[in-house]
Amino acid sequence: MTTDNHTPETVISVKQLVTHYGMRKILDGVDMDVKRGEIRVIMGGSGSGKSTLLWHILGLYEPTKGEIELLGQNIHQINFNDNLKLKQNIGVSFQSGALFSSMTVGENVALPLREFTDLDENTIRIISRMKLEVVNLGGFHKLMPAQLSGGMIKRAALARAIVMDPKLLFFDEPSAGLDPVVASEIDDLILSLRDTMGMSMVVVTHELDSAFKIADKITVLDNGKNLITGTVEEIQQSDNKRVMDLLQRRSRHDKLNPSEYLKRLTQENYTLS
Amino acid sequence: MTPDFIQFDKSDQQTTLFISGEVDLSNSAELRKTILGALKTTDSVKVNLSGVDYIDSSGIAAMVEGLQFANSNGKKFSLTAPSQQVNSILRLARLDQVFDIE
Repeated sequence: MTTDNHTPETVISVKQLVTHYGMRKILDGVDMDVKRGEIRVIMGGSGSGKSTLLWHILGLYEPTKGEIELLGQNIHQINFNDNLKLKQNIGVSFQSGALFSSMTVGENVALPLREFTDLDENTIRIISRMKLEVVNLGGFHKLMPAQLSGGMIKRAALARAIVMDPKLLFFDEPSAGLDPVVASEIDDLILSLRDTMGMSMVVVTHELDSAFKIADKITVLDNGKNLITGTVEEIQQSDNKRVMDLLQRRSRHDKLNPSEYLKRLTQENYTLS
Repeated sequence: MTPDFIQFDKSDQQTTLFISGEVDLSNSAELRKTILGALKTTDSVKVNLSGVDYIDSSGIAAMVEGLQFANSNGKKFSLTAPSQQVNSILRLARLDQVFDIE
């Protein structure tokens, strides 16, 4: 890791990550370094491994092989106390929002503060409502999640993800299913958080417009491998056919293996090799 | 006892608190206590933020509480010389439109 004054610190390091679901290899030797203050977008078609990579970085799955470091700590060799501290520096905004339906929006946002800090109730109330203001949900703290629209749920989830002022922020499809105006607002929020708080972010998305707007660098996964990593310009100018397919939203043109295809359709005990 | 990251300048009418370094979860409760304590003993409190390198949401919340206390008790509470980082956080939460900033 380079640590001179001119090179930003690496805050996320993924080395040669390999993982399987059953017999099927999902990630096949993925490397990725994210620098402090960087927004890294992970793209790829369905089944490319992009969400799986995210879950591994978050420590939700154990890889078959490889290493992951967050803020300089190997997440598979970390002790309990350091892991607790690390978790306080990580915010996650899930695709579904993942708010607790039995709690108000305000209680949902305040939850990490109650879990991880000993701040008094006044301070917790002010911070959680301040975060709702940041995501344009000021005054919505007493509503239940069921009373919110899809876009509002995503924004509330974002408020909860940033309530601890994390150094690392992870998004899974932040603008999926949102109308273009709301999706653009989420993108603006992501950029504001990077610029204001200096947060480093990993955003998994298949929304090209969003990726090109927010990314400092884009990693394109394909069949569990890192197809290309580069700036928006480098990705847009790539002459790699698979990258071009992705950008132009064309269907894949893999050459079909007729006998393998027939096996997939007909064999009762067929498994992917 | 005043914590190291807060310096006082106090007269009969006004207290100025000079904050320096980083304000985060580890020391924001002390900032809150100092601000509320100063507001109980003088009519006007200024918080000078020129020396603040980093402030998190709990530090901002301490100042919000100070403003709320001042407004409820007929006192003055203002911020002076916020650094760029403090300013951008205040703007993000639109608190730059709520605080009296000099």
